[in-house]
Amino acid sequence: MDKIRESILTTSRASKLERRGKIISLTCLGGICLVVVAIFGFIAYRGLMTFTSDHVSIIKFLTGTEWNPSVSKNGAPLVGALPMIAGSFLITILATVLAIPFAIGTALMMTDITPKTGTRILQPVLELLVGIPSVVYGFIGLTVVVPAIRTVFGGSGFGILSGTFVLFVMVLPTITSMTVDSLSSVPKDYRSASLALGATRWQTIYKVVLRSATPGILTAIVFGMARAFGEALAVQMVVGNATLMPYSLVAPASTLTSVLTTGIGNTVMGTVQNDALWSLALILLLMSLAFNLAIHLIARRGAMKR
Amino acid sequence: MEKQILTTKNVKLSYGDFEALHGIDLAFNEHEITALIGPSGCGKSTYLRCLNRMNDQIDGVNISGEFKLHDTDIYGENTDVVELRKHIGMVFQQPNPFPMSIYDNVVFGLRVAGVRDKAKLDEAVQTALKQAAIWDEVKDKLDQNALALSGGQQQRICIARALAVSPDVLLLDEPTSALDPHSSRQIEATLLQLKEQYTIITVTHNLQQAARIADRTAFFLQGDLIEAASTKQIFMNPEHEQTRDFITGRFG
Ligand SMILES: Nc1ncnc2c1ncn2[C@@H]1O[C@H](COP(=O)(O)OP(=O)(O)O)[C@@H](O)[C@H]1O
Ligand SMILES: [Mg+2]
Repeated sequence: MDKIRESILTTSRASKLERRGKIISLTCLGGICLVVVAIFGFIAYRGLMTFTSDHVSIIKFLTGTEWNPSVSKNGAPLVGALPMIAGSFLITILATVLAIPFAIGTALMMTDITPKTGTRILQPVLELLVGIPSVVYGFIGLTVVVPAIRTVFGGSGFGILSGTFVLFVMVLPTITSMTVDSLSSVPKDYRSASLALGATRWQTIYKVVLRSATPGILTAIVFGMARAFGEALAVQMVVGNATLMPYSLVAPASTLTSVLTTGIGNTVMGTVQNDALWSLALILLLMSLAFNLAIHLIARRGAMKR
Repeated sequence: MEKQILTTKNVKLSYGDFEALHGIDLAFNEHEITALIGPSGCGKSTYLRCLNRMNDQIDGVNISGEFKLHDTDIYGENTDVVELRKHIGMVFQQPNPFPMSIYDNVVFGLRVAGVRDKAKLDEAVQTALKQAAIWDEVKDKLDQNALALSGGQQQRICIARALAVSPDVLLLDEPTSALDPHSSRQIEATLLQLKEQYTIITVTHNLQQAARIADRTAFFLQGDLIEAASTKQIFMNPEHEQTRDFITGRFG
């Protein structure tokens, strides 16, 4: 009896290890949370400086079309971010919309149309595309896409359209591989049931498979958009970097990220110019939060439907 | 002599090098329930899937033999698989309604066949759900997602979905094995009613179920058809030793 009692009441090696493991993972988790909070806090603090200490109104910042932080007009610096906001959104939306049909088509090849050869050939290609660094995409864009657009549309070739093509290639693998995941998670039974009811393979694909996979595909699209919105280097190399409203798709323009990458090294911390860039970073941060939120909402709605 | 609606002769099927069916001769009478029984892995599902050509999609399958629905060759050169499956419907082991409304589930087969007339669809939904004995339970929530229903209800939605295209033959592969006893009995009652209008072929691993509902029973063993006869004969006075052993639970 006493032996049992003793063995139960003393802490065993296993439970000590367990406790130690718990402490280590909690510490790591706490550290990461701290970093995230610090990043948010820092960007928000710097980003809001434009409005608090430099007396720019938020409305003017979001709707102004003139970006020239070193020049002041009526007591406030000229920091209208609309050209970049518009540029970012335009490039993101165009690239994603262009990528969607290709991504879904490719994904269907891999899951439903020719699963064997499709997966054997396309899977490595997709993995390769994901692994290529963005500077390489930008370089190809610069040497191939920009001259091509210059030849076809005239002008310099730099602009939203070039950015769109480069980003299209960059988001394609993201959207495709996530779409593949969501298509292959559609139960095989759905396909069998549909075929057994006299549906053709194509009817089965668009009435059952695509429909059941819609939440997953939407999530894939939002992920692609988030990637496009945040991509800096490749876009900066082909977009032209003129902080002008993008009235034409083939005229030099800019995005939030491209202005940040070109500008952040040339300003001094604490100056208006620097603060304004932080405000752009804040917008980027808020947008990625919005994308995340959208992904969660879609996932939740998808889960409810099941 | 009953009228035979579906006949198969010398059915052989191999998955690659593995022969799963070694030459099955079996025919099905109109407006009867035939139960296919046998230990698991003996080829019941494989045989059933041959009848509406669901094995066609599997890679490396080789099927031979004669399959006739009335006098039409099921595997004939001019046979349209899509049309064939409207005549031979199928219900699966796991209830598998699509993640859409009850209504959309039931009219699925009609819609893919091109029926657009709302009145016609409405009527078909009502008829099919009544035949599957689930109309009263769901008539007020036809636009609700079918996946919100219980397993037994889902399976009856699947039966209704198969019935809506008015097939001649209904194939069921262990339709109650994923359900609780109460739901199983409800499905059995439904099948008994359905045989007035349809020819039913059901795989079951529940011998009592075969005894309760089937007019004829066929016993499969390792890819061979050992014996097919009236259910009464199979259970009371089987011809083959192996059948007797299986019925009395000595193996399988
Ligand atoms: N898609 C398939 N590919 C290869 N072998 C299969 C496949 N489906 C079934 N089999 C094999 O065929 C035999 C019969 O299977 P099945 O018809 O499912 O048996 P039952 O339904 O009587 O349990 C089993 O040995 C099984 O392993
Ligand atoms: Mg089976």
